[in-house]
Amino acid sequence: MLRILVNALRTGVVTTRYPAEPSVPPDRFRGAPVLRPGSALPPPAVCPAGALSEHLDAGRRHVVLDLARCVFCGRCAEDPWVDAVTMGRDFELAARCRDDLRIEVVADDPTVPAAGPAPDPDAEAARASSEIHRVLGRSLHLRHLDAGSCNACDWELAALLNPVYDVRRLGIDFVASPRHADGVVVTGSVTRNLETAVRRTFDAIPDPRVVIAVGACAASGGIVGKGYASAGGVDRVLPVDVYIPGCPPRPEAIIFGILVAVGRLSARRLAREG
Amino acid sequence: MADPALMDALRAGAGGSADADVGPRPSDLTVRLGRAGDLPAVAAVLIGPYSMALATVVATDETATPDGDLKVRYVFEPTAPGAPDRFVTLLISVDAAHPEVPSLTTAVPAANWHEREMQDLFGIVSVGHPDPRPLVVHDGWPQGVFPLRKAFDGSQRVPVEPADEFPHLVAEGEGVFEIPVGPIHAGIIEPGHFRFTSVGETVLNLDARLFYTHRGLEKRMEGLSPLDAFYVAERICGVCSVAHGLGYCEALEQIADVTAPPRARLIRSIALELERLYNHVGDVGNVCAGASFHYGTAAGMRLKERLQQMNERLAGNRFLRGLVVPGGVRLDLSDDLLGVLAVTLQDTLAGLDSLMERIEANPSVVDRLDDTGILQHQAALDLAVAGVAARASGVDRDARRDHPHGAFAGPEPLDLHVVIASEGDAMARVTVRALEARESIRLVGELVRRLEPGPLQVALVEPLPGGRIGISAIESARGEAVHWLRTDAAGRVERYHLRSPSYHNWPAVVLAAETAIVPDFPLVNKSFELCYSCTDR
Repeated sequence: MLRILVNALRTGVVTTRYPAEPSVPPDRFRGAPVLRPGSALPPPAVCPAGALSEHLDAGRRHVVLDLARCVFCGRCAEDPWVDAVTMGRDFELAARCRDDLRIEVVADDPTVPAAGPAPDPDAEAARASSEIHRVLGRSLHLRHLDAGSCNACDWELAALLNPVYDVRRLGIDFVASPRHADGVVVTGSVTRNLETAVRRTFDAIPDPRVVIAVGACAASGGIVGKGYASAGGVDRVLPVDVYIPGCPPRPEAIIFGILVAVGRLSARRLAREG
Repeated sequence: MADPALMDALRAGAGGSADADVGPRPSDLTVRLGRAGDLPAVAAVLIGPYSMALATVVATDETATPDGDLKVRYVFEPTAPGAPDRFVTLLISVDAAHPEVPSLTTAVPAANWHEREMQDLFGIVSVGHPDPRPLVVHDGWPQGVFPLRKAFDGSQRVPVEPADEFPHLVAEGEGVFEIPVGPIHAGIIEPGHFRFTSVGETVLNLDARLFYTHRGLEKRMEGLSPLDAFYVAERICGVCSVAHGLGYCEALEQIADVTAPPRARLIRSIALELERLYNHVGDVGNVCAGASFHYGTAAGMRLKERLQQMNERLAGNRFLRGLVVPGGVRLDLSDDLLGVLAVTLQDTLAGLDSLMERIEANPSVVDRLDDTGILQHQAALDLAVAGVAARASGVDRDARRDHPHGAFAGPEPLDLHVVIASEGDAMARVTVRALEARESIRLVGELVRRLEPGPLQVALVEPLPGGRIGISAIESARGEAVHWLRTDAAGRVERYHLRSPSYHNWPAVVLAAETAIVPDFPLVNKSFELCYSCTDR
């Protein structure tokens, strides 16, 4: 017992200050890809997750990156596209609206900056959030719902409870029963074998409730996509309040998304930054 | 490398109607059985006198090829330490109109789930299977629809019917209760349903229903360029990302007939050991959670977090995704990073030793772990259990030695200390894990010392060779995973199959839990620490 106390004192405080202080990911970290307008952008087939698409608008080639689908593998930023795409280090990508995660650039005109979606008041989402805020205050108790993930997102959620992230310091906790929860964090693309369980868990949560889709599979189907055993994303089954891109999102990215859901941080309009 | 005595024994088992070829690898043997009915007799030769174990079973739909049939390949591997790296495949042709094969399960218990899966996904019935319940498909899956047949369009959703009752063994009597647990659990863990039948705290029977996370990934990969499908393989399982990515790459590189450069092989093995290390360290901590030793849980989580932060510095991803790629590795390890690695591993070693000391000095933890959830040696052999669970029950197997991969496949093989224990209880599994973590730290040091400047990748040129098979076995943190990949005539993925270590180990968890009481199940389960996602795919 004494040894345990000595060890604990010797270890000291290991808890991060995030979000009060920013978290700087390491140099090699692969965050949101940055597309350079006017450069030779890669064809959609390069992306193994189908996050890239292109279309012609007024004779110009537009390339769209869907961050909800992106698995951050970095393939689109490899040779020969290194000048066109770089892997950014931004990880605070959570958005209230799926469309906010689409970044569009004009591939053959450098004068047109990267365009995000039109400013969207997110009226419905904001209303839900203020209702959550009114009823629940600043604290949020969540139920984790694995809807068919590869377990990477699950382990990152579990990491939120480790001494380094310790999300309880932020009033966030994970509870055992949906009856005790203010919402769910869902991982995975919603498999056929879990669809009934996903619906029933959601139904067991009292109103108002938030649904947070964690990771590419939950946010869009990701690399799993839609198929005989996969619904292709949580929003095909449940109403989603916040989407957190990543494969998996690092723990701070999940903290950011949860705080967006509870209205304590506002979602970054990252597409505007181009 | 064909073994004439083995061939004669197999021919005799098949009553003469067997042809043998070398393959898929030069050291392997593929035996084509003229009559499916000879399968049990030939398998008995491999299992018995040659003490082989079932490695994987792969069904393929070849109805659109000139063969016009379904095929099943039962792949066996030697189990004796020091046996050559070899797979023996028994290949049978199955008539698509009457898809029936004899069941091996009674003689080879490890075949149980393989045969049930084949029935669900291909409609191939293993006649004489003692427990032919559906395994992979749940909830009103339509009769006669087999998703891994080529005629089935995998991109279409199959609607869900209301949940059906899980068919399971029902015990009746005074004081007999059923305890349903899951699929959604109270903690942050993966989904599975466990049905305990108990009298008081004693477990009479446990039935596990898994495959909730079945995403259809093998079908998803079919028809893709093998270079694109890699990104799916790397994402079958989070905590096995390196192992499964590497297993897929090694199978693909056999097909392409290329070898990753020496430096890439060393970096691959470093990544594989780092994956084992963060898993093992975290798993030792998680076992403490099952015994309510919260200091141990927190210490394990803290050590694991430090390792995952290092992973992010090395690979840009906390699960080391994006490091291994087909043909080699994508990122080099600079001297700066190797310095960070050395310091982190040194601290991890000290932290792990301290944690194990605190566990062993704590009678309330040791008492929970000792003699809990025993897996008998014979059961581990019968079920072809892999990894830590097998080695803690005295089975001397490790794919790093038995099927050399990564840097182990080099000209100067590394010296590997395979950690064995004989007790087969939760304590043995924790101890083996801790010692293996120490061995991983030692191995990383040795691998780093061997790094010489050199290229990181060889190019894989599309289209890749068509109609070829690649097979690989990788020792992941959970144990041996067997990857089987075949390209079609155009060099695209025709069929990919992963047999994860957890796939063979789940039935062992059930056996071990039946020796324990209900409240010890979390402890037993965590001492095995299996993945659901790479079992379910």
